Amino acid sequence: MMNNIIVLPLIIPIMVGVILVFLRPYVKTQRVISLVTLLGMVGISLYILNKIQTEGILRLDFGGWEPPFGILFVADSFAMLFVLTANIVTAICLIYAFSSIGESYEKMFFYPFVLFLIAGVNGSFLTGDLFNLFVCFEVMLLASYVLVTLGGKKAQLRESIKYVVINILSSWFFLVALAYLYGSLGTLNMAHLSERVAEAGQGPLLTTISILFLIVFSLKAGLLLFFWLPGSYSVPPTAIAALFGALLTKVGIYALFRTFTLIFYHEPSITHTLIGIMAGATLVLGCIGAIAYKDVRLIASYNVVIAVGFILVGLAVATEVSLEGSIYYVIHDMVAKAMLFLIVGTMIALTGKTKINEISGLIRNYPLFGWMVFVVTCSLAGIPPLSGFVGKVLVGQGAIESGSYILLALAFMSSIVVLYSLLRIFLNSIFGETIISVEDEVPLKKGMIISIVLLAIGTVSLGLGAEFISGYVSDAAHTLFNPSVYIEAVLGGNK
Amino acid sequence: METLIILLIGILVAVATYLILSRNIIRVILGTAVLSHAVHLLILTLGGLKKGNVPLLTEADAPYTDALPQALILTAIVISFAVTAFILVLAYRAYQDIGTDDLDALRGTNDE
Repeated sequence: MMNNIIVLPLIIPIMVGVILVFLRPYVKTQRVISLVTLLGMVGISLYILNKIQTEGILRLDFGGWEPPFGILFVADSFAMLFVLTANIVTAICLIYAFSSIGESYEKMFFYPFVLFLIAGVNGSFLTGDLFNLFVCFEVMLLASYVLVTLGGKKAQLRESIKYVVINILSSWFFLVALAYLYGSLGTLNMAHLSERVAEAGQGPLLTTISILFLIVFSLKAGLLLFFWLPGSYSVPPTAIAALFGALLTKVGIYALFRTFTLIFYHEPSITHTLIGIMAGATLVLGCIGAIAYKDVRLIASYNVVIAVGFILVGLAVATEVSLEGSIYYVIHDMVAKAMLFLIVGTMIALTGKTKINEISGLIRNYPLFGWMVFVVTCSLAGIPPLSGFVGKVLVGQGAIESGSYILLALAFMSSIVVLYSLLRIFLNSIFGETIISVEDEVPLKKGMIISIVLLAIGTVSLGLGAEFISGYVSDAAHTLFNPSVYIEAVLGGNK
Repeated sequence: METLIILLIGILVAVATYLILSRNIIRVILGTAVLSHAVHLLILTLGGLKKGNVPLLTEADAPYTDALPQALILTAIVISFAVTAFILVLAYRAYQDIGTDDLDALRGTNDE
């Protein structure tokens, strides 16, 4: 089905972002416009998601060039669930930014770049062309380079150089992989690639190329190659760090799922085993990191790494149930990680300290905030009825079905470590002797607590309302598990 | 011709790797620039270096030149131009604020 509406999640933020550049001195106007834009896109995403359920996968051929010749956007449930969640989370992070980021940031094009970032993220989710995926990645990355350096503190400049260089290198590998793929198959349309790989058979050459893609997307997702992640995610201001923690690695994860379920799914004994090993190693190393540090920002960053490992376990075992679990978990993780980063940033903003043994007794000063920390702890550990539970159960079920008991054990051990690392924050910093006297208490700004509470409502309702989204998720998993559905929708002509 | 170009790409990648592994940030940036040239050549070569006809399927009999690699390279050049410009500015700003262009000195400590 052709439909023009699916280009809106890319085009609206770019156009609004450009307009906001000209509204630089008018901070309030920028706030209102950017929030309204994001809410509008949440509405559009919901509309598209429901349309897919009734009309099947939607696509848009740019310039009327029929696939496989032109560039196209494809919206299936998998992509739209990501788009929807990303936009909701970004809107909530913006609400947090209103009261925390400060006027100097807002006048230095903070809002336009958040919109450019979300445009790149949405584009990456929606595109049906591998080279276009590269372009959307770059749109997202350039916006993220700016956001990570915005403010120009010494630590930010130091970490952002590493972040930019590592991403230039991974983009280079991406181009090399694209060149090899184009040289050997003569197309870059994902559905067409899938068809050609299936025809020609996934020989050693194609498997090698697929491993090149695995390296590229692992660098972006933080799967095993996450050495750049904790540093660069802990230096920017809270609202930006939360956006990064919630969105950026998820784009890499999306790309991994797309390529290894749609294109390179013929040699699971090589590629998926490798993904499994990398996921296992990521889980172990992330757990060590989460326990080793006392800096709350680093603990949060290593929790991102653990989640990436966990989600990729679902891809490694690659049953329909485990894919479904991974999708649930990604949605949950976007919400819960944003919440974790916002909470951690708020703790630092309230106390001015970063180590868990220096902060204590926050619950006496800020009771609601303290309980929010408890909610996010339970949610990330996967305690029902919160949102992490469904994903963990389904990934576990998939791992048992395919007999991957080591991955299963690692995945569930990691949940315990997550619980431990976050309970450490809770017991040390939230409970205990209060360090802030009533006179010195910094008032908790309304915008901060509202956005955290909104995310808490999100994680609770995702958990309780799992039934409500299960239709969308199982449709997404069905499309992932059966590449022919996607190929038919793209190459099957205009119905 | 293809072999020659591939050799050239190899040399470029070797040079770039050498530059990227050095400690001076300007050298690293130049390395990434050379690296991007290498991959642009690679795309061009893998698309086929034919001297052929225009890429209109129905007009010419054979062999027509594939125009897509050039479109891809154009896009990639624009992107690498933007990224290189950004990182040059970033490096200069970091040099002004931190006072060093030595990557070893940019490791960072935990107590800041």
